[in-house]
Amino acid sequence: MEKRVTFKGWLLPLALVFPQAFISAVFFFYPAGQAVWQSMFIPDPFGLSSQFVGLGNFEYLFSDPYYRSSFVTTAVFSTLVTVVSMVPALFLAVLADRLVKGAGTYRTLLIWPYAVAPAVAGVLWMFMFNTRVGVVSWYLGQLGYTWNHVLDPNEAMGLVVVASAWGRISYNFLFFYAALQAVPRSLIEAAAIDGARFWRRFFTIVLPMLSPTTFFLLVVNIVYAFFETFGVIHTITSGGPQQATTILVYKVYADGFVGQDLGSSAAQSVVLLVVVGALTVIQFRFIERRVHY
Amino acid sequence: MATVSLKNVKKRFGSTEVIHGVSADIADGEFIVIVGPSGCGKSTLLRMVAGLETVSEGVVEIDGARVNEKEPMDRDIAMVFQNYALYPHMSVRQNMAYSLKIAGLAKSEIDRKVGEAARLLQLEPYLDRKPKQLSGGQRQRVAMGRAIVREPSVFLFDEPLSNLDAKLRVQMRLEIRQLQAKLGVTALYVTHDQVEAMTMADRMIVMNEGRAEQIGTPLEVYEKPATLFAAQFIGSPAMNVVSGTLEGGQAVLPGGARIACCTAHEGPAAIGIRPEDTHADADGALEMAVDIAEPLGATTLLHGTLYGTEVAFTASLPGVHRMEAGTVLRLAVAPAAIHLFDPETGRRIG
Amino acid sequence: MADQPMNDAGGMVEKRGRSLWLTHAMMILGVLVIFFPIWLAFVASTVTQPDIVSPPMPVLPGSHFFENYSRALLAGVNVPVATMMLNSLVMAVGIAIGKIIISLLSAFAIVYFRFPFRGAFFWMIFITLMLPVEVRIVPTYEVIAGFGMLNSYSGLIFPLIASATATFLFRQFFLTIPDELAEAARVDGARPMRFFVDIVVPMSRTNIAALFVILFIYGWNQYLWPLLITTDPSMNTIVMGIRQMFPSGDDIADWPVIMATSILAMIPPVIVVVSMQKLFIRGLVESEK
Repeated sequence: MEKRVTFKGWLLPLALVFPQAFISAVFFFYPAGQAVWQSMFIPDPFGLSSQFVGLGNFEYLFSDPYYRSSFVTTAVFSTLVTVVSMVPALFLAVLADRLVKGAGTYRTLLIWPYAVAPAVAGVLWMFMFNTRVGVVSWYLGQLGYTWNHVLDPNEAMGLVVVASAWGRISYNFLFFYAALQAVPRSLIEAAAIDGARFWRRFFTIVLPMLSPTTFFLLVVNIVYAFFETFGVIHTITSGGPQQATTILVYKVYADGFVGQDLGSSAAQSVVLLVVVGALTVIQFRFIERRVHY
Repeated sequence: MATVSLKNVKKRFGSTEVIHGVSADIADGEFIVIVGPSGCGKSTLLRMVAGLETVSEGVVEIDGARVNEKEPMDRDIAMVFQNYALYPHMSVRQNMAYSLKIAGLAKSEIDRKVGEAARLLQLEPYLDRKPKQLSGGQRQRVAMGRAIVREPSVFLFDEPLSNLDAKLRVQMRLEIRQLQAKLGVTALYVTHDQVEAMTMADRMIVMNEGRAEQIGTPLEVYEKPATLFAAQFIGSPAMNVVSGTLEGGQAVLPGGARIACCTAHEGPAAIGIRPEDTHADADGALEMAVDIAEPLGATTLLHGTLYGTEVAFTASLPGVHRMEAGTVLRLAVAPAAIHLFDPETGRRIG
Repeated sequence: MADQPMNDAGGMVEKRGRSLWLTHAMMILGVLVIFFPIWLAFVASTVTQPDIVSPPMPVLPGSHFFENYSRALLAGVNVPVATMMLNSLVMAVGIAIGKIIISLLSAFAIVYFRFPFRGAFFWMIFITLMLPVEVRIVPTYEVIAGFGMLNSYSGLIFPLIASATATFLFRQFFLTIPDELAEAARVDGARPMRFFVDIVVPMSRTNIAALFVILFIYGWNQYLWPLLITTDPSMNTIVMGIRQMFPSGDDIADWPVIMATSILAMIPPVIVVVSMQKLFIRGLVESEK
């Protein structure tokens, strides 16, 4: 889409885009270029010079069992976060959609967790499940179950998943609720007259109408789980135990800043660039499709 | 107050020429309507006068000075847009005052001019409302008010009434005409509506496919259309045009009817007869088979064919007539009411 | 939405009486479960350390609200929480305003001008859409360190305003402004920047407000970036500072203060979101389009 009307001149528009172009260049394109460049070098132990290794860092990376398992961890983690954040959200949205009065109040209350930073959410959940003082872990102990996410990889994964999904329920709820409100009432009434009961109507009429929203949320939640959950993992498990919760973004940080392995960290960044690129393409193709829906 | 003159003005978008050279001289204080079907280039022509489109070739002069390179604001014009183009976040007062504010006028001066315009347009009670809170007619008036306060030499109107309902349109077209007469400002008015053109114009420019087909007063265009296009575009219902031949001062129509007309031309011609120029006459030269009669109250429209042919013909007779389908009617046409056009070029031949 | 009676989806046939109460009951249960972590944090911020370390801790607020919060705000653990909140505020507002300004300017240029490299610039911002800061942390850190911007507000703010979502949003909106308005402004004598200031910006104000809400939360909730570049505790932001309040080793954490800090960390974004709910939802749905 283009405007019919434009103003003349080229100096003014160049001046107008300059701030964004400059900031993007300095803080975005230059670092991204550096990441690609660095991914092809190995610095010597003293950091004085570095040696060109081509794709060596990548070869090394993919032969590293820790890195490969981090891929698996990320896949498991993001799948679980997506499911755990979307299913309850859809359920709550369906309930809210059934209500005439009060839906606004519930919505106001349900928005809260979205505003809570992932890192703060991590602290809240870590507090509830803390092995020494946690309320939930204490009650679990009373029931005969010893909770210890510090030692048990599965419990650690479960906890970071729930803490990450928690705030996303609000987000998904808002989108599902808006989509449900947009389903034409006449469609549902027609189905009701045809004799379909509520759940039957839901699965045969409403859910298919929600599919664009659902697909959109699927992609967005995966992106979230990949890149924005660092705070949760850093506060609750720091990637442990035994790297059971080290997702890819956490590993970039751990190898680059804690381990000071810049070549490997840069190579990991490049791999992540490719992953985000792929997800973005999927998202945009989807948006194009949604226009025709 | 100023004259406007267009000298062989052309417009190209890329390699496509959309205006093929239009020339016109507009006198001071004249109300000129540019009329034509959509896509004929009438808005583009107006926008070139406004300075919103560049002129590809030719010269636009306002008050004798070439303005091709001037910005709209430096041309001493004001424009009323089709969708009014009121700034939605500003009140009526602010909308009208905006150009004066930019021009750096003193606050008291701005207030005085806005107040005057508001009084003239009966907008005083609405000065502090936003455009959203106004009716279509009121918005239209605000758009006019915004044009008036600048006291321009030339008013430009781009289909200003097309978003109003029929009744309001009749009222507003009167108001615009009275206002222009009162202010004595030269006006260029674009419309696709031939009734607006007929009722408002001092002179009209009939445009088609990027060309000015005819420039003249409404009655000139009606009585002596220069081209087939102008003949059929102006007048309602549209003029009947049938192809026939000219023989010895007579027009021979399909079906063989011969009507006397004063011309020395011979050979094939496009023959035009306005429906309202026909009248029922038992000795008339024309025979028409009626399919449908549409009584409009004061007149009755008869749709049918020239008897014995498939050539469609419409007649308009005063009074109420009820007619069965298939009725054959004899009609007479005065020689002066016959319009003749060259079938190749569409130009008037007599 | 909720006050249109015809929107009663499930209701027109079967939802009467018991079913309605059941829906409310399930909804309330859902809200309670979702709210539980926040409630527990609030309770913990109003009781004493001994109340917490001898589980189970109480589930109703205690009487030490002012004591805990004033201790957090004025003393904190490494640095007063009030300082961290100020840092967060500067960062969040800086990111929101900075991003809105540069995006308004560049979107205006893209939509209303034809200039050299326009296409290249457009692609450039399109690419920045794709890459979150997490992906390029190491080299970005080096750039900031090279400029001596570690432990500074500019170091916290600038790398996070280098993104294009806001530019796209404004471009989308500018394209919906009728052409005739720009023409009317030209006839009225407005030059491009005057048109921008007098017409475009005021017309965009709801979009600006909605975007402000989203960007404020985005900025306030940043974690990784401040963690990397603020080594000086007095430059910590509150969201990343909470983690720094946990002692290393086996020392017992000062739970009431930490929980008070957690509550303080969520108050500004929650206030912004809840008070500007309509704008926020609109901004959210539109920015994800």
